[in-house]
Amino acid sequence: MSQPHRLAGGGRIDRSRTLGFTFNGRRYEGHPGDTLASALLANGVRMVARSFRYHRPRGVLAAGVEEPNALVQLGTGARTVPNLKATEIELFDGLVATSVNVFPSLRFDAGAVLGALSRFMPAGFYYKTFFGSLTLWNRLFEPLIRHAGGWGRAPTAPDPDFYDRMHAHCDVLVVGGGASGILAACTAAAGGARVIVADENDAFGGSLRQRRLQFDGAPADDWLRARLAELAALENVRLLPRTAVTGYFDGNYTIGLERRGHEGTASSNACPRQRLWHIRARHVVLATGAHERPIVFANNDRPGIMLAGAVQAYVNHYAVLPGRRAVFFVNNDRAYESALDCLDAGCEIAAIVDTRRDPDGALVRAARSRGLEILAGHAVHDSAGRRQLRAVSVAPLAGASLDTRRTCTIACDLLAVSGGFSPAVHLFSQSQGTLTYDAQLACFRPARSRQPQHAVGRSNATFTLHEALAEARRAGAAAAAECGMEAAAPPPLPAVNETAAAPPEACWRVPAAGHARHEYIDLQNDNSTADIRVAVQEGFESVEHMKRYTLTGFGTDQGKVSNINGLAILAAEVGRPIADVGTTTFRPPYTPVTFAAMGGRDRGALFDAARLTAMHDQHVQLNAVFEDVGQWRRPWYYPRRGECMETAVLRECAAVRERVGMLDASTLGKIDIQGPDAAEFLNRIYTNAWSKLAVGRVRYGAMCREDGMVFDDGTTARLDEERYLMTTTTGGAAAVLDHLEEYLQTEWPELRVRLTSVTEQWSTVAIAGPRARDVLRRLAPELDLSPQAFPFLCWRDARVADLPARVFRISFTGELQYEINVPWQYGASLWDAIVQAGADFDITPYGTETMHVLRAEKGFIIVGQETDGTQTPQDLGLGWLVNESKDFIGRRSFSRDDMLRDDRLQLVGLLPDDADDFVPEGSQLVERDSPATPPVAMLGHVTSSYRSAALGRRFCLALLKRGRARHGDSIDAALPDRRVPLTICEPLFYDADNRRRDG
Amino acid sequence: MLRIPCPWCGPREEIEFHCGGQAHIARPCDPAALTAAEWADYLFMRDNPKGVFAERWVHSAGCRRWFNVRRHTVTHEIVAVYRIGEQPPPDGAS
Repeated sequence: MSQPHRLAGGGRIDRSRTLGFTFNGRRYEGHPGDTLASALLANGVRMVARSFRYHRPRGVLAAGVEEPNALVQLGTGARTVPNLKATEIELFDGLVATSVNVFPSLRFDAGAVLGALSRFMPAGFYYKTFFGSLTLWNRLFEPLIRHAGGWGRAPTAPDPDFYDRMHAHCDVLVVGGGASGILAACTAAAGGARVIVADENDAFGGSLRQRRLQFDGAPADDWLRARLAELAALENVRLLPRTAVTGYFDGNYTIGLERRGHEGTASSNACPRQRLWHIRARHVVLATGAHERPIVFANNDRPGIMLAGAVQAYVNHYAVLPGRRAVFFVNNDRAYESALDCLDAGCEIAAIVDTRRDPDGALVRAARSRGLEILAGHAVHDSAGRRQLRAVSVAPLAGASLDTRRTCTIACDLLAVSGGFSPAVHLFSQSQGTLTYDAQLACFRPARSRQPQHAVGRSNATFTLHEALAEARRAGAAAAAECGMEAAAPPPLPAVNETAAAPPEACWRVPAAGHARHEYIDLQNDNSTADIRVAVQEGFESVEHMKRYTLTGFGTDQGKVSNINGLAILAAEVGRPIADVGTTTFRPPYTPVTFAAMGGRDRGALFDAARLTAMHDQHVQLNAVFEDVGQWRRPWYYPRRGECMETAVLRECAAVRERVGMLDASTLGKIDIQGPDAAEFLNRIYTNAWSKLAVGRVRYGAMCREDGMVFDDGTTARLDEERYLMTTTTGGAAAVLDHLEEYLQTEWPELRVRLTSVTEQWSTVAIAGPRARDVLRRLAPELDLSPQAFPFLCWRDARVADLPARVFRISFTGELQYEINVPWQYGASLWDAIVQAGADFDITPYGTETMHVLRAEKGFIIVGQETDGTQTPQDLGLGWLVNESKDFIGRRSFSRDDMLRDDRLQLVGLLPDDADDFVPEGSQLVERDSPATPPVAMLGHVTSSYRSAALGRRFCLALLKRGRARHGDSIDAALPDRRVPLTICEPLFYDADNRRRDG
Repeated sequence: MLRIPCPWCGPREEIEFHCGGQAHIARPCDPAALTAAEWADYLFMRDNPKGVFAERWVHSAGCRRWFNVRRHTVTHEIVAVYRIGEQPPPDGAS
C-alpha cells in the first residue's frame, strides 16, 4: 500500500494530486503540501540518515528549521544541493534525494564501525590525536575521518540557476507569520505603516499549522485566511512567504533568504531560484516562535524518537501518523495536546511518561478522562531497536535520581518527547538584545532590546495564545506609532479555545548512570553528556569554551534543539545556576544561506565592472591578449600567428628599440589640479619640489605616505600658473585621488586647490622608438618636433591627426617617446591615424608586458611590483627625488631609526650566470652556496624577471639587503628544486647615458 | 550595517562610506621638530576605547566629503556627526 502512514482525512495536503519522488533510489509518493520529511514518514520510512561522528541511524526529529538529523542531498548534477533538511524541502514531482554521510548505503554503512569506536573518540579527540602523534594522525585517523566525515557533496559543475538580491525599506518588518506576527502586521498596517511580513515556511500560520484551535468558534484557519486577505489587499504591505530572515544587524538591517522555485522548476532572470532580501526597517516585530526541546537520556537518538510538537504537526498539518503505538515523554502540559491529537487520529498511546510528580492541569485531566495511562514522576531512561525504535525503558524518579530497579519496558514505535520550549531568540540576540533566564518557564527569554524592536508571542516566552495575540497587537500599534503613524482601530482580538497549560518543570537530562556516552545532546554532531564531562574535566567550563571543545551546536542546525540542554547539563556538571552559565553568542545566519544567493547577479561577467578604453575594439581586432589591471582591461601582448607570449613580447620589444611602437596608455590615472595653492599642495604631496616647474614642463614625482613608504609615482605637467595635470599608476588612480582629497579636506583646508579626476576624459596613445618623431611629424605637421623646440619633459598643445591634442614628451621605455592625449571619444580615431601614419615605419602595437620589459631594462620601478608598501624612495634608488629643504608627507619618517638601518632591502639588478636561466618573480635570494639546512638567511627577493631582446639574455630586478653596496657580488636564487646563480649589478641595463630618448 | 547621517547628504548606507580612523589627530605643524617617539606616536598610536569614539569618515560613493562621527564602539550607535573644522557637539562623552 502506498503511504501506509497517511491519514484518510484532515491535514492541509492536496490529496487530489499525487507526486512521485525518489529517496535513496526507491520510489515513493506524496502530495502537494508535503515536505520530503512528511512524505517519507507517510511512506513509513523511519531511518533517513546517519549521524556525523558515529554513523548511528537517525530519523526525523522535528518538523521545521530546527531539524538536526534528516539531512539529505537534493537533486543531481549541477543543481544538486547538499545537507538540506528534509523537514524544509517542499515535495515536488520528480524530486530525487539521497541520505548524506552514508557509505555504501544507508542500511549497510561501513562507517557505523565508528559507532563501536565511540568510546575512543571523546570530545577533543581531534586535537589530542593531532598533537599527540602526527604520524598516527596522517597515516590512520585523518584518512579514516575524512572518508567518514563530511556531509553532502558539493556540485562540481557551475550552478546553472539565477539568483537575485533585493533591497527594501519599510516602517515595520514582522519576522514570523504565525498568529502573533500576522496580528501585529494587521495592526501596524491599519495605522498606515509600510509593512513587510516574512515567514520561513511555504505558508503563513506558524504554530497554528500544527494545532487544532478555534478562533471565535471557527477553525483558526478561517481567521488566518481572513487576516491574510486583508493584508494582501493593502498596498502598504508586502507578504514574503518562504523567506527566512537569517541575519539581524545594526540599524534594524536584516537579510532574508527567499526560496522562489525548486529543482522542479527552471529559474530565469524573471523568476530566480532564490533571492536575498536586504531589508532596512524602522521598527522590527520579532514573532519567531519557539523551539521545543528534547529531554536527554541514553540512546535518545533512535529513529522513531521525535519532538511531541513535531508529531502533532505531522498529524494535523500533513495528515501523517508517524507511529502506530506511541509513548509520550514530557515535563509539561502542552505536550498532552499532541497526545490527544494522536489519539484522535487513531494512534495507540501506550503511556504518557511525565517527569512531574503530580501533574494536574486541564490537559492532563483531559488525557486521564480519555483513559490514557499517565506515569507521573517517571522518566524514559533508555531505548531499544536497531534501525527503528522498538521499546523504551521507564523507571520512577526518586528525587534527583532514578530507581532503575523498578524499570519497565514499554513496546512502541514512536516516542514523542517534550522537554519544554525555548523561545527562538536568535535574531533578537543577533540584534544585541540581552537575555534573562526565566526559572519558572525554564527558558531564556528576551530582556532588553538594543534596537527599535518588539519581541512578541512565544519568541518572548508568552506561551498562552490569547496573551500572545494581545501582546502582538500592542506591538503592532506601538511600532506604527513610533514610525509616526496615527493610531487606527486595531483588529479585534479573537476568542481562542486554547486549553490552559501549567508551566513546565525543568528536566534537562534523565539522571541515569553508565550510558553517558549515548546520551546525545547535539544529535547532528553526536555530542553527549560524556563529552561535556570531558570538557569540564579539562577545564573548559565556560559555555563558550565547552561549545568549541565539544563542537556542540556547530552543525547546520546550529544547535536549535540542543544548545539549551547542553548549557543546562554543563551548569549541572559545574554546579552553577543556568543563569550564570549563560548562552553562547548567537551569530548570523539563523539558517544557512547559499553563496549563490549572496552573490546574486554579481557573477561571471557581472562580477565586477570592466573598464574598456576607447580603442578596445582596435585591440580586439589586433588579436590582443588582455590582462586585468584593476578594473581596466589592458592589452597584454598582441600575438601574431604562431607566436607564443615570449616570442610576441620579444618581437614587440625589438620593434620599439629598433623602429617604433605604439601603446594604449589611456588607463593611467589623470587628476586635474587647479587653484592658487596648487604648487604648494604638490610640494607637500610629492617628495620633490614643484614651485619652479615652468608652464609647459613635465616632472616625474614620487609620493609617500606619512610613514615614508612610496605610495605612487608618475609625471605631473604644469598646464598653467595655477593648473597641473597629475598622472598616476593605472591601479593607483582612485587611491591617489582619495589620498589627495583627504589631506586637502582634513589637514590643509586653507589651501585653495580643487581636484578632478579626468582619467576618462583623455584617450592616450604613446609612440615610442627611434622613428617616433617621423610618425608624429606626419600626424602633426605644424608641430615643431626638433629636440630644441620640443625637448624631453615638455608638453605642447597641437593638432594631431586633425584632432585637438596635448602631446607629452616623456618616456617610460627609454626611447624617444611622445604621449598623445585627445578627448576620450577620439581615441579610436587617433589609434587608427597612428597605425596609418606609422605603416611605412612598420609601427608595432605593444602591450603592457613589453612596456614592463622595456622599463625594467631602464631600471624604472613599478609601484606594486618593485614595492610592497615597505620601500622608501631611498630604498628604490630614488634618493635624488627627495628634496629635504621643504616639508612633505613622509619626510619626517626618513630619519626614523628603522629607515637608517644599513641592512634595508635595496633595489638592484640581477643577471643570471647562465643568460637563459629563468628565475620566477618572488624567488627568495640567499648567499651563494649557503647551506640548505634551515634556518637559511633570506636576503631579499626577485621583483621583476624578463627576457630582454636588446640584451639577448634574461635579467631581473630585485630587492636585496644592502644591495647597493654589493654590485658585482654573486648570489643565489633559491627555487624549490635548485639554486640559480646570479650576479648583482646596478638596476640599469640599457642606454645608461640616456642617449636614445632624443631619438 | 550602519546607517550614517552624512552631514551633507543625509542618512545613507554604510557601504557608501569609508572609515578613516580616529578623528582630531592633527598633523604636526613642524614634523622635523618632533622626537622619534613623538613622531611614532603620531604615526601609529591610536585610541581604542570601549564607548563613544570620534572617528573620521568619508562619503566615498556620495559627496566625497570627510566628516566626523561620534560612534559608540559597543552598540555602534552614532551619537553625533559634524563637519570637518566644527567642534563636536556636547554629548557628555569623552
